Amino acid sequence: MATQSATAQPNAHHQMAATTHEVMIHAEGVTKTFGQGSSQITALDNVTVDIRKNEFFTLLGPSGCGKTTLLRLIAGFDLPDAGQILLDGQEIGHLPPYKRPVNTVFQSYALFPHMSVARNIGFGLEMQGRPKSEIKNATEEMLALVQMEHLAGRRTDQLSGGQQQRVALARALAPRPKVLLLDEPLSALDLKLRKEMQIELKRLQGETGITFVFVTHDQEEALTMSDRIAVMQAGRILQVGGPKEIYNNPARRFVADFIGDINILDGELDAKGERVILPGGVSIGALLPEGAARTGHVSVAIRPENMNLTAADAPEAALTGRVTNIVYFGAGHNVHVALEGGGEVLVRRAQTDAQIGAHVGLSVPDAVQVLVD
Amino acid sequence: MAKPTQTPATVASPDPVPPRRRRMKDLRKQPGFDTIAWICLFLLYAPIAVLIIFSFNDNRSVVKWTEFSLRWYKAAFENEGIRKATLISLQVAAVSTIFATIFATMAALATTRVRAFKGQTLAYAVINQPLMVPEIVTAVSTLAFFGIIKQATGINGIGFLMLAHTVFCIPFAYMPIRARLEDMNLSLEQAAADLYATPIQVFRKVTLPLMAPGIVAGGMLAFVVSLDDVIITLLVAGPGETTLPVYILGQIRRGITPEINAVSTVLLGLSVVLVSIFFLIGNNKRT
Repeated sequence: MATQSATAQPNAHHQMAATTHEVMIHAEGVTKTFGQGSSQITALDNVTVDIRKNEFFTLLGPSGCGKTTLLRLIAGFDLPDAGQILLDGQEIGHLPPYKRPVNTVFQSYALFPHMSVARNIGFGLEMQGRPKSEIKNATEEMLALVQMEHLAGRRTDQLSGGQQQRVALARALAPRPKVLLLDEPLSALDLKLRKEMQIELKRLQGETGITFVFVTHDQEEALTMSDRIAVMQAGRILQVGGPKEIYNNPARRFVADFIGDINILDGELDAKGERVILPGGVSIGALLPEGAARTGHVSVAIRPENMNLTAADAPEAALTGRVTNIVYFGAGHNVHVALEGGGEVLVRRAQTDAQIGAHVGLSVPDAVQVLVD
Repeated sequence: MAKPTQTPATVASPDPVPPRRRRMKDLRKQPGFDTIAWICLFLLYAPIAVLIIFSFNDNRSVVKWTEFSLRWYKAAFENEGIRKATLISLQVAAVSTIFATIFATMAALATTRVRAFKGQTLAYAVINQPLMVPEIVTAVSTLAFFGIIKQATGINGIGFLMLAHTVFCIPFAYMPIRARLEDMNLSLEQAAADLYATPIQVFRKVTLPLMAPGIVAGGMLAFVVSLDDVIITLLVAGPGETTLPVYILGQIRRGITPEINAVSTVLLGLSVVLVSIFFLIGNNKRT
């Protein structure tokens, strides 16, 4: 309760750091290790990241990449070994969970089984010592927000998975936290419900104006919902950017590989470092991320849907090869092409008249992404 | 939804012969299973049945049935010795249950609601020690230990007996409470802390209500165990501290009477009721 009033005061020092976007969470050099001696695991390795106010921010990565650890450090369930976590300009890295204006939606939902739906939702406000009338109003408002008014009196073990999910959301949103943390909350739902909840979560984030930090290993989920995504691997953040940026301009080989299908080709940068020469000798524009090599041998990434099949001798054919397989997957075809100089690429087209065994040419975009290994 | 699970394996399998081996794995289908089971059940319950039946016998004999009667219940109820022993048993059981349950609850919290620590297994073993050491050893050592204290301080009384009962009741109360806590997801307590509950509020609002069935079950188990104890009580109890089982033992030395049958039946009934409640709580409130 004391923290509420304290954090409400603007902090002049950190407003200077925020330029066009105001920062809600600023993590600086955060390191966390578990275990001791030879079994020691570095869950987070010197992580620095800014999460902006009122954005839907996703931590995306495979299991064990440290995304949940970072979430738990923001919530206060674990304490960092090194580094700072600022919430709205205030250092919170060493506060206990109940003193942080941050709420969590747990993967297991963690609803209190001995309380009704309404009491679950009102629990946070009750613990803050708010007046009964306020708790009642806020609970009703939250029930309406997640469309659960008719189940207010139910016990939580009488609810379906999707309903429990909504209660968990309402409970975490009711105290109007500055940040809502979501730890893979959709992973227990079936596909159809998951798609619905993805849209629903995005709507709730917009309506409440609360900063959401969402943890997932599902790249499609991340692309669907996020304003910005941080791709993590082995305790580090590899790239932060909007879904389109992450998808179209992956800076790192891991990011390119982890999200969707991608063709990774060898290339040679020209002397100026502006164009890249593909194995067939064609030179195209090079998009160089920070930290990429400026000369010499590089890897470039091209999405399968950004390539097209042409006649083998067409002028726009940058590469040539032979069709080895065509796989129909409903929304389109995946055409596998074995390249002339070795290697295989994937081309994705809605319609194709290619034949297996045919000699084809491949067109590529005007500029391609150069990867950092 | 139920359909796929009910479909026999033979439908999916191209093999027309039903898989025999799978059926053989069902223990109840083994030859002689029923016979052995019935013999075991008979050996377990026949003596108890005899005890109950002859407690209603209108005759001094405990081997010859004459007529139904409640006279031994009446006699037992009016027997001053039995009444006094019952009262002492209940006092000892109540006091030791309360303390044993409190200590067991604290021990269960300290062994489940902390980070894994070195010697955790050792802690379990130390707490459960009274279950593993032969009771006569505990009884003799307690007798000697209390003897030293009594001599040194000059203090006497039923408190020693209650203390001894408290100690050996702790593991019985500890087991269901610990099982309950281990069943409870830690994230519930984290969720409460996340929702602004201070550690004390977390305990009062979440941990305690959720572990309550375990505490009640542990307490009842401790009560029954205390009520039932003979060996430690026999050695530790001072003059005038005769509990019901010890009194019954003393009476039986002079020959079995239907009066003792009646008392034992009442004791049995009480134990059955408590243990049944224990199981009902254990099964119903599981989340």
